[in-house]
Amino acid sequence: MKRYTHIAILLHWLIALAIFANLALGLYMADLAISPTKLRLYSYHKWAGLSIFTFVILRIVWRFTHRPPALPRHMPSWEKWGATISHATLYGLTLAVPVTGWLFSSAKGFKTVWFGVLPVPDLIAKDLALADILKTWHEGLNYFMVVLVVLHVAAALKHHLRDRDDVLTRMAPWIRHP
Amino acid sequence: MNLTVLRTFALAAALAAPALHAAPLAVDVARSEVSFVSTQMGVPVPGKFRKFTVVLDFDAKKPEAAKASLEIDIGSIDAGSPDADGEVIRKPWLNAAQFPKATFTATAVKALSGNRFEATGPLTIKGRTKTVSAPFTLKTQGAAQTFEGAIQINRSDFGIGDGPWNDPETVAFEVQIRFRIVAQAPAAK
Repeated sequence: MKRYTHIAILLHWLIALAIFANLALGLYMADLAISPTKLRLYSYHKWAGLSIFTFVILRIVWRFTHRPPALPRHMPSWEKWGATISHATLYGLTLAVPVTGWLFSSAKGFKTVWFGVLPVPDLIAKDLALADILKTWHEGLNYFMVVLVVLHVAAALKHHLRDRDDVLTRMAPWIRHP
Repeated sequence: MNLTVLRTFALAAALAAPALHAAPLAVDVARSEVSFVSTQMGVPVPGKFRKFTVVLDFDAKKPEAAKASLEIDIGSIDAGSPDADGEVIRKPWLNAAQFPKATFTATAVKALSGNRFEATGPLTIKGRTKTVSAPFTLKTQGAAQTFEGAIQINRSDFGIGDGPWNDPETVAFEVQIRFRIVAQAPAAK
């Protein structure tokens, strides 16, 4: 059976889970009234976001150095292109979402200190008008990512249940091959 | 001469009197700054006060004769964001409605070394007073004298951040108040 490497599988699922947890945290914390809990949650969200960003970079390096298994032969070329483009866009979004969050934090005038220990440089100066724009981008890119993930999951299920190929099991080897 | 005129004369004399034997420096408010740094979740967050008044009478040759007072308009706080501004003037923090001013009066000033000095005196924030020390440096450039220094406070000493905020893990107790006062000798008459 063709499959992704163990590291690629681990990174894929680790990042997927972490993104969903952090997205839920982000949606929850944004509407809280100001409180010590809110300050804490914002910090946790930033720390988690930076951690995800680091794992995404590792994952992209791994992806370029470890060729994934080829797509099934039965796929028409438009489907192959669709898969390639949506995968590339998802990789791009997993980078762009934390980066816009980081910039948003800097523009708000709040430095990010990873786990309260490692200060991350501010790439831009404080600018509250720019912060509003970056907030829209940070949120908008997240919603775009959610839409793509829904498509991604739907495509994986379609391959597994209708085409009965190995597209899902090569990334989720614990699932029985149909 | 009626009573009103007498009162006016008395008032005018009282107002004029200090000016005769003291010559406070002319403070350049636009170039002066009173700011602070708090620490939230390990992150230093700067802020400042847009409105404050300074009375300063200082001669580097006789620092012990210096007189200085600072009055800060709490409502003019810029805590970094509009959300934070709205929060920190509320009751648990600075309670600006009840305590609109914070004051520091230097009751003793001593020379440390070179251009370094230290002012000591009562600092009152949120109706609570504590004696604090403010080390500062003096830089002279032409006629302009720049006094730059800081006061380290523990916010819990002043009840700043009561209730759920009385927790140094989210917002540290240590807060640094910084000042940069630019002044020059009053024009000779």
